Amino acid sequence: MTDKEALRVSKIENGTVIDHISAGQALNVLAILGIDGFGEDVVSIGMNVPSDRLGRKDVVKVEGRELSQSELDVLSLIAPAATINIIRDFDVVDKHRVERPESVTGVLRCPNHNCITTEAEPVDSEFDVVSDGVRCEYCGTIIREDIAAHILV
Amino acid sequence: MRQDHIISAKHLSREDIEAVLDRASDIAADPSAYSDRHAGALLGLLFFEPSTRTKMSFTAAIKRLGGDIVDMGPVEYSSVKKGESLADTVRVVEGYADALVLRHPSEGSAKMAGEFVDVPLINAGDGAGQHPTQTLLDLYTIRENAGLDDLTIGIMGDLKYGRTVHSLAYALTNFDTRQHFISPESLQLPRNVRYDLHETGSSIKEHTELSDILPSLDVLYVTRIQQERFPDENEYREVAGEYQIDAATLEAASDDLTVMHPLPRVDEIAHDVDETDHAEYFQQAHNAVPVRMALLDLVLGGDQ
Ligand SMILES: [Zn+2]
Repeated sequence: MTDKEALRVSKIENGTVIDHISAGQALNVLAILGIDGFGEDVVSIGMNVPSDRLGRKDVVKVEGRELSQSELDVLSLIAPAATINIIRDFDVVDKHRVERPESVTGVLRCPNHNCITTEAEPVDSEFDVVSDGVRCEYCGTIIREDIAAHILV
Repeated sequence: MRQDHIISAKHLSREDIEAVLDRASDIAADPSAYSDRHAGALLGLLFFEPSTRTKMSFTAAIKRLGGDIVDMGPVEYSSVKKGESLADTVRVVEGYADALVLRHPSEGSAKMAGEFVDVPLINAGDGAGQHPTQTLLDLYTIRENAGLDDLTIGIMGDLKYGRTVHSLAYALTNFDTRQHFISPESLQLPRNVRYDLHETGSSIKEHTELSDILPSLDVLYVTRIQQERFPDENEYREVAGEYQIDAATLEAASDDLTVMHPLPRVDEIAHDVDETDHAEYFQQAHNAVPVRMALLDLVLGGDQ
């Protein structure tokens, strides 16, 4: 991160910086993390920040929080180029790219209203990650666009 | 395949399919040899929506194997009406039967139900999803008439909503077949089905007119175009009319052409076709019994 960028979004002491998010996806990233502004989380957001790699990118910083695997899995679907920086004591202690999972369980809602996973049954939704989207393991429905709109909250 | 659930034709391998069809041929050749093969076996029927013929043919199949049914009956009288989940219902009922047959209006219901039970569960239709025993009886009928290898088949009608068609098309990719899909543009194969069929690398072609390919076909599988798929009745009549066949249409076909239909039909196959050698749809319906007997025999442990 250059000094100029650093000015835009202040440093955090402990938590996670999600960098290289596809421009325009920052609010969806917050949705994945269940951050709606009513909780305690301290969050900084940069949108349309100039980036060498992406042209424009979004950046999200969440204080005092590290991400779960299922959050990372869904994140990878809407921001495949994202990098995750774990910050402790103002230092980056771990930095890695998100990886596309083979499937995601319990994080997306099937858009097919006639799918058994949308009913009051003791079953989690399960989507296979396929080349052009994700596919419901139960009914076969494929979500191609706007995966973030199907996140279970 | 003993003890396995039968959820989707997509998950049946060529070997699985051939095991069922071979057993069905044996049964059809000598039904009496199987008449007390499963004496005392109980088949649990869970029909969450009515499907009289499917239910009758499963009942006939288990009885002809010497077994019997336990039937949940209509949903109105069951615990489902009181709000019980499907997962709970199947866990209770599996204790009453040696195998279960499930018909349910929601897609994915059979897959989910199968995750909760240890006895074999057969999907007899899950909403617009899968209906693998229909597919097996279709494959059996095709094999008896034209063989499954080096087959040229035309599948015509409502290809968008017709689950029978999707399931059959997937299953046919296990064999050396050329599949032609004939439909109005508004009722072509859905994207996800087309994607999957192409993934298998098999020969798939789409047409809007039957006449283009009719002479090359070994089998013509006709399905109904439903009026509710169209915004108004005139449009329906106009479009559906182009996909009806009669004896005159079939003059351009090979003498050996087999015409199939999952029934019931309305007017997509004229009654004058019934009198021709092409008509196979009533025999196709009758094949439901030996094919379901074969499947039940295999899931109940027929090799012992
Ligand atoms: Zn689904």
